[in-house]
Amino acid sequence: MRRIITMTVNNRPGVLNRITGLFTKRHYNIESITVGHTEIEGISRMTFVVNVEDERIAEQITKQLNKQIDVLKVNDITDQAIVARELALIKVAVNSTVRQEIYTLIEPFRASVVDVSRDSLVVQVTGEPEKIEALIDLLKPYGIKEVARTGTTAFTRGAQKNAVSYKTPFII
Amino acid sequence: MAKMKVEEQRKQRTKMSGALMLIEALKAEKVEVIFGYPGGAVLPIYDKLYDSGLFHVLTRHEQGAIHAAEGYARISGKPGVVIATSGPGATNIVTGLTDAMMDSIPLVVFTGQVASNVIGSDAFQEADVLGITMPITKHSYQVRDIQELPRIIKEAFHIATTGRPGPVLIDIPKDMTTVEGEFDYEQDVHLPGYQPTVHPNHLQIRKLVEAVSQAKKPVILAGAGVLHANASNELRQYAEQQNIPVIHTLLGLGGFPANHPLFLGMAGMHGTYTANMALYECDLLINIGARFDDRVTGNLKYFAPNATVAHIDIDPAEIGKNVPTKIPIVSDAKEALKELIHQDGKRPDITEWLAQLAEWKTNYPLAYKNDAQTVKPQKLIEMIYELTNGDAVVTTDVGQHQMWTAQYYKFNQPNRWVTSGGLGTMGFGLPAAIGAQLADKHATVVSIVGDAGFQMTLQELSVIQELNLPIKVVIVNNQSLGMVRQWQEIFYDKRYSHSLVPNQPDFVKLAEAYRIKAFRAKTEEEAKEVLKQAFSLSEPVLLDFHVKADENVYPMVAPGKGLHEMVGVKPCDESLQ
Ligand SMILES: Cc1ncc(C[n+]2csc(CCOP(=O)(O)OP(=O)(O)O)c2C)c(N)n1
Ligand SMILES: [Mg+2]
Repeated sequence: MRRIITMTVNNRPGVLNRITGLFTKRHYNIESITVGHTEIEGISRMTFVVNVEDERIAEQITKQLNKQIDVLKVNDITDQAIVARELALIKVAVNSTVRQEIYTLIEPFRASVVDVSRDSLVVQVTGEPEKIEALIDLLKPYGIKEVARTGTTAFTRGAQKNAVSYKTPFII
Repeated sequence: MAKMKVEEQRKQRTKMSGALMLIEALKAEKVEVIFGYPGGAVLPIYDKLYDSGLFHVLTRHEQGAIHAAEGYARISGKPGVVIATSGPGATNIVTGLTDAMMDSIPLVVFTGQVASNVIGSDAFQEADVLGITMPITKHSYQVRDIQELPRIIKEAFHIATTGRPGPVLIDIPKDMTTVEGEFDYEQDVHLPGYQPTVHPNHLQIRKLVEAVSQAKKPVILAGAGVLHANASNELRQYAEQQNIPVIHTLLGLGGFPANHPLFLGMAGMHGTYTANMALYECDLLINIGARFDDRVTGNLKYFAPNATVAHIDIDPAEIGKNVPTKIPIVSDAKEALKELIHQDGKRPDITEWLAQLAEWKTNYPLAYKNDAQTVKPQKLIEMIYELTNGDAVVTTDVGQHQMWTAQYYKFNQPNRWVTSGGLGTMGFGLPAAIGAQLADKHATVVSIVGDAGFQMTLQELSVIQELNLPIKVVIVNNQSLGMVRQWQEIFYDKRYSHSLVPNQPDFVKLAEAYRIKAFRAKTEEEAKEVLKQAFSLSEPVLLDFHVKADENVYPMVAPGKGLHEMVGVKPCDESLQ
């Protein structure tokens, strides 16, 4: 199962190393990581997407992460109301006959073309990972030269209307 | 106003070098002994150590230093302190760090590092110590700014000794030891990401009290968490109050008196039949400070299949990690036990259960066939137990002799037992005894080691001689890597691949070369004689016991089997002897 885990960490040397090392040590599979500053100086925020076998392992991950001294807070937000976004850059092979077609095709995705050359163009798209997958699939027949994806970054929505299935990862 | 004054005082504080800060911090922490080994990167530290008045033990290998620090920590309850130089000095402590991490032993370890401006350039004796040790330390630091050093040391001691204890490493670039800064050690530790839960949740405690009152076959499995929390008295009070039998893990031994009628022995691969069957049959399992290691549980599929599991642990990540847990209690063992005693719940009616346990105890005790013509290793341990009235501090190495010691030395008191459990580190026993003796100068310390493991750290005999530590080194000499040999005999068709060592050195002469008295014994009679002699001497003695070489450790849960599938439970089971 896919879990989205967010955490805040002290922005100290080696902190990313500690966390990815922990994933390696415990045999957890990371699908993506994003890291960036938060509104508070010295504190960074990370979003992990991991693939785990079951709930028990998901719980282990949050607990093990929590044991890290530089980790301030861990949340498994998978079952909450969240905003999850990813950005992708997709370089598509084009010629003059299909160029316009691609512009039309990406429009419903609110994607934009950010670079154009004689035989390719670069599409930028943001959204939920599923949306990005869908766009990549649509562009595939034209010939995709390169894809760069940031991985998911996420947090919980301001109002948790259907937070019923939310489980605290901690046992008190 | 007052605030300004403090500020001013702070400003007036004399500046000092990083090396001196380290010394001052160790003094402030009331460190009694440092185990270490000098080298280029730590020369400024050793220079300040020279006339500091601090007691430093120069081991003969950094691995010896860190195991000695572990032995010291285990017996004193205080953190062990280690200094090693950069590069090879630091990599030599990797095994000890892992050992301390696995067995939750509080250590503060200082490693030298090349100067900040050459870090990353593959400089002479540079090693990425932080990178290497990240997964084997509770936490680690590299000093980047001299002003951080006092805070870092203070945090390191705090982290190592609180919550679930463990090793903390501080990597100090050489320039940080010479550059000057203000030494402020009065500051409070502020670690928002580290707030161990010490007190139990009331609701969960109530659940446990309720479960106990309903139980027909309850049992307590107590691990080293009880010892770390100093909770032996509370464990005993609680077990007696509720009339619940107690089982120990290897590392927990001594937490509950071995001669207590409610004690069922050690659990696991070489545990007692009664303890393992009790774990298999129980309907309520109360784990206190043990981590359900696979050597304890055997095949998880058959582990406590009918039990409601309650687990008291200071480390929430241990709860539910290996065994599904109905009643999780994150707490210090002492605090939880105090609360449980206070609740004074309804005692369960377990007459039938106690009768069953008594029957197993009578029918399947630990046993072996004696043979006075040789030294039977089990007999040897029993003799040591009797000679020391069960009061000795006992350290072991890893292998058969370790299991025999765990089985036949009856620990009635806490903090007398020092062994490498989680990592199973050969070479641990001898240096650990040095630390143990320094932690308790009046204790009789016996280091029971194998002929193979002894040779992994035997150079520390030098330290024993130099400090005249009256340690009794007992070599259980079976001319083999006994535990490996046993597995090859049982599981690999007696194909003894690289486990027989018939050409072991003359250990008596070897000890004498280190100016340590030594005796050898090949029969029970001789064994009795040399033991008596050794324990009457208040100086170090090494004893080389040529034991029956093909003896195996039984009973045993074979790998992959459940605890109820023990073999070798009867001494008359000829096929196993
Ligand atoms: C450093 C290390 N290497 C290898 C092992 C694997 N091992 C476990 S027990 C053992 C044999 C130990 O032999 P000895 O010290 O003579 O003790 P005995 O089992 O004979 O009592 C070995 C090789 C280990 N535990 N530690
Ligand atoms: Mg041996």
